[in-house]
Amino acid sequence: MLKDQDRIFKNLYNDMGSDVASSQKRGDWINTKEITDKGRDWIINEIKDSQLRGRGGAGFPTGLKWSFAPKEVGSRPHYLVINGDESEPGTCKDRDILRFEPHKLIEGCLIASYAVQAHVCYIYIRGEYFIEGQKLQAAIDEAYEKKLLGENAAGTGWDLDVYIHYGAGAYICGEETALLESIEGKKGQPRLKPPFPALIGLYGCPTIINNVETIAVVPTILRKGGKWFASLGREKNTGTKIFCISGNVNTPCNVEEEMNIPLKELIEVHAGGVIGGWENLQAVIPGGSSMPLIPKEKCETLTMDFDSLMAEKSGLGTAGIVVINKDQDIIKCMARIARFYKHESCGQCTPCREGSGWMWRMLERMASGDATKDEVDMLGDVTNQIAGHTICAFGEGSSWPVQGLLRHFKKEIEKRNNLDPIVQKKNNIPYLVDQHLLDKKNA
Amino acid sequence: MSLRRPAKNQPENFEFDSSSLNAANKIVSKYPEGKQQSAVMALLYIAQRQNDNWIPLAAMKYIAKFLGMPYIKVYEVATFYTMYNLSPVGKHFIQVCTTTPCMIRGASKLVEACKEKISENECELSSDKSCSWMEVECLGACVNAPMMQINDDYYEDLDKEKTLKILEQILKGETPKPGSYRGRINNEPENNRKTLMDYKNA
Repeated sequence: MLKDQDRIFKNLYNDMGSDVASSQKRGDWINTKEITDKGRDWIINEIKDSQLRGRGGAGFPTGLKWSFAPKEVGSRPHYLVINGDESEPGTCKDRDILRFEPHKLIEGCLIASYAVQAHVCYIYIRGEYFIEGQKLQAAIDEAYEKKLLGENAAGTGWDLDVYIHYGAGAYICGEETALLESIEGKKGQPRLKPPFPALIGLYGCPTIINNVETIAVVPTILRKGGKWFASLGREKNTGTKIFCISGNVNTPCNVEEEMNIPLKELIEVHAGGVIGGWENLQAVIPGGSSMPLIPKEKCETLTMDFDSLMAEKSGLGTAGIVVINKDQDIIKCMARIARFYKHESCGQCTPCREGSGWMWRMLERMASGDATKDEVDMLGDVTNQIAGHTICAFGEGSSWPVQGLLRHFKKEIEKRNNLDPIVQKKNNIPYLVDQHLLDKKNA
Repeated sequence: MSLRRPAKNQPENFEFDSSSLNAANKIVSKYPEGKQQSAVMALLYIAQRQNDNWIPLAAMKYIAKFLGMPYIKVYEVATFYTMYNLSPVGKHFIQVCTTTPCMIRGASKLVEACKEKISENECELSSDKSCSWMEVECLGACVNAPMMQINDDYYEDLDKEKTLKILEQILKGETPKPGSYRGRINNEPENNRKTLMDYKNA
């Protein structure tokens, strides 16, 4: 287990309060000027040395991302945007940072803004986190009062304004370009890349977008050194990570642990074990709903980091672990996830808009045993038609969980759905009914 | 995608009251000059608060004028995001999360409780017209599942009995205390905490 002294979020459970004074006791804001005095290149290099990878799901190296920002500010200002549109089912880590460690985030904003030469930072928070947003706003107000933000923020000589922008219940706005569209006051529909936001982003200006957790760990990394961070976890999967363990466990919780920790340790030690015992485990979704599930046999030895989960054809994603035990109907669980994606598709690309609903309807029928034999293969076909054929990664995100189900639980689906369409003529199979006719019920 | 339609009965006029106006001007000032369209989401939200939790078409027109943008662009935004209610909902608006992490911990029991106490169907006003409920997608409090949101507040770690109690209080006009209903503190593992113990005991 990670030593407490190596934990970054010491106030994860709000034992100490989140105001400036108590944050300073935990080490925030104490020598921000010393850090920025070392210069942009030093900051970016130190982050590169730490091998920090983005905590929002994709795991892109943060130092590299920052180095994409233009070296000189031209006619267009630079922006820093923080992605706090945490909506991935199974994930609730940013919520705790916003509530209990807001000053880690705000100080991170200042340092990152300095590194990428931005004078304005927008923090995008999902609309449902209204209370959390208010807490963050109170922290921002206090920071302004104590001259930690605004002109010459924290004595660093850098001017920075931080604003909160609330979302309004669209999962897709967690996609970085959709998030920019949303801040610009439009529908949250993703943009084509390239151009990448680092060159043409918010209002057409160079923009760096990072997850809340990524930015919140930056000040601690710079204080303790990139080497310290890199010494935790393993090569290219370094540092600590907040894991959210939910579902059928005895004590669901958020906990900060070292990367590459065994999944079994997370579940057994921190989450109090699977309800009904380890033997009762059916499958685990390791990184938020869009990552393919992993069956029990593999959970025994699985370690939690980006690359080892990739090797299992899944992913760390946001590290939202959903534990599903044998009391649950796994097909139904996945059908519900498919319904989530059907509801959240932005509707821009046809394969995703139509396919997400199609997958959901097929899975619902498979859960109740009303599907035909052929449909099991057809479902796999539909997922392949969606993944890779959309503007953003939502296509993959919605089809991967279904592919994971087919990969590991195909037998179970086939056992339940053995209708032969030729024999059972009466069975009405609505393959290609206009989606909107079916949708009325669930609008 | 979800299907969203504006209500049939629409008020003719809408205007910000003075406190909404102040809030709106403050928000517009957050964005660069000429980019006031960015404020549209926040302004729709302000309109929703002022107008008993829903946004009439007149408010969209008003906001379009306020920000100097085409009405259709405001309409587009209002119909895209699901947190904007386009038809009247209860003063107490109950949203039950039923996505998988909540579902496997018994969110359907919460839905049952809502059906018993408030109304048979979702998005339907209760008999005293003060409440309505609906199923929503993940609200981002998965380790506190099952949970629901009433207006701005999260009610966590629920079961049917506790939900019924909360709804009763709401119907009586009281405000139940938000947070965990199993008495645990925030997101810590209940009676199983093994980390940061020095801080807990400090």
